[in-house]
Amino acid sequence: MTATNREPLVLGIETSCDETGIGIVRGRTLLSNTIASSMDEHARFGGVVPEVAARAHLEALGPAIQAAVAEAGIRLDDLDAVAVTSGPGLAGALMVGVGAAKALAIALDKPLYAVNHLVGHIAADLLDPDAPPLEYPTVALLVSGGHTSLLLVRDLTSEVELLGETIDDAAGEAFDKVARLLGLPYPGGPEIDRAAASGDPRAIAFPRGLSRASDREKHRYDFSFSGLKTAVARWTEQREAAGEEVPIADVAASFREAVIDVLVTKALDACAQYGVPRLLLGGGVIANRRLREVALARGEQAGVAVRIPPLSLCTDNGAMIAALAAELIASGRTPSTLEFGADSTLPVTQIQVAAGEALPEAVSEEEVRA
Amino acid sequence: MILAIDTSLGSAVAVVDLDGVTRGEASSPNALGHAEIIGTLIEGALAEASVTPRDITHVAAGMGPGPFTGLRIGIAAARTFALARAVPVIAVASHDAAALAEFEADASGPIAIVTDARRREFAYTVYAGLAEGLPVRTTEPALAPRDDLDARLLSLGLLANPVQRVDVTSISAGALGRLAGRMLAAGIAADRHAGDDSSAEPLYLRSPDVTLGHAPKRVGV
Ligand SMILES: [Zn+2]
Repeated sequence: MTATNREPLVLGIETSCDETGIGIVRGRTLLSNTIASSMDEHARFGGVVPEVAARAHLEALGPAIQAAVAEAGIRLDDLDAVAVTSGPGLAGALMVGVGAAKALAIALDKPLYAVNHLVGHIAADLLDPDAPPLEYPTVALLVSGGHTSLLLVRDLTSEVELLGETIDDAAGEAFDKVARLLGLPYPGGPEIDRAAASGDPRAIAFPRGLSRASDREKHRYDFSFSGLKTAVARWTEQREAAGEEVPIADVAASFREAVIDVLVTKALDACAQYGVPRLLLGGGVIANRRLREVALARGEQAGVAVRIPPLSLCTDNGAMIAALAAELIASGRTPSTLEFGADSTLPVTQIQVAAGEALPEAVSEEEVRA
Repeated sequence: MILAIDTSLGSAVAVVDLDGVTRGEASSPNALGHAEIIGTLIEGALAEASVTPRDITHVAAGMGPGPFTGLRIGIAAARTFALARAVPVIAVASHDAAALAEFEADASGPIAIVTDARRREFAYTVYAGLAEGLPVRTTEPALAPRDDLDARLLSLGLLANPVQRVDVTSISAGALGRLAGRMLAAGIAADRHAGDDSSAEPLYLRSPDVTLGHAPKRVGV
């Protein structure tokens, strides 16, 4: 058996929000990244509706598993382990994946790894075949419709620290809400981008949340976007009240710039403060081209190497969950016991949930793969 | 050998052979915690029956009605177990399993299986009795406001033969599996050759709870 063949073959199940993600990896090699999204069903509501998402997960799971297995060219019985997101995320949506993963692991008689969604976003980087290995420590900025978190990663499998997170809306949510304010459809990110293309990002000085000197002590690495959203609403209302036309392009560009400025400024501040010249980006909002441009340019100025995984691995997906479990297996971690549930507020420090008792050294390798 | 899973009320798992004998059973009455306990119950039922997952030839899934979040966990588990073992899923209405258990016990004449549907409503299904071992529905599963249910059941029965209300707080996975076996034998459930029933919709009986998007609130100038 070659070294490559000994790497664990893992199937990951991700159902924390509106994407049903099934991924299959062999160690750090991506074999399949199948995603069924219910985004279209949420569009008319202007945001993710938890019950709609949960119903869609139940219907999408089986076909997604079959598609992933076919794409990877494996049989389910070939798997070495099953992995699933335990949290954070929408409770009812997470539970569909948890129930499915447990039954899959039992039916296949394979070990099960319950893992943290946010840490999974970091693990996505390992699956990029063109990137040099991830170096530690690294600062990670995770931005999506569900989360905005700044992390210090000393080791993917054992030491991840939360530096800060949003205290109200996630950045992606702010895009959705401001898009609606401007009469643009859901999801807001791409719409704001389109509207901003012809706008001046310096036209309107929108506030940068939690960026005052007085915020430094308590909220240095936290984010707040609800004040920004209110400021945009107030600004447009004033124009309308004065009978003036609202310059949508300028508002969109200035709003987007305010969000990106805060995200990048705080991330690079963390890099400087902790002496870490590495920044990893993750989450669906990374699809925003302007955010990537600003992060790369300002990272270069600051001497910080900015890593961006392929966009298909930045949005929520099962491959990142499988990749994280493969790392846990490689570092000798025992599987999760069967009693875990969905934890909608799982802290990022808990990388694996319900990890079993450590096995004696001599047998651990065999047991884990048994 | 049928693996039967129902999480429409509590959580229940059973291993039932094709002749209807329950070989192993594990359940929890907890109306919450389905995600936490489902794996342990599946393992427990298999162990009590002294069978391995490879011995399972069919999976019966209780399709509700029941509170959605819990209900889905059992259906998700049933479907993926069946997928992993490449065996068919037999979708069974959970009320049908409860009715079978009632008629096999001592019920006769029309009965209504009634379960809590939350939000001041009951879910109910009316049955005439058994025909060739299968419960015969006279109404499809439906919701009624708690205060209206008795009047509604009264209107569904005859004066001489009233519908007897049976409030149920747990579903027997053994009955669910037994019913699935009879459905198979009667040729009214999918079998290995006819494809499976893994795409059957859960009996939600309610549209998703959504507040339709309204215009953004004005913040005031
Ligand atoms: Zn995410």
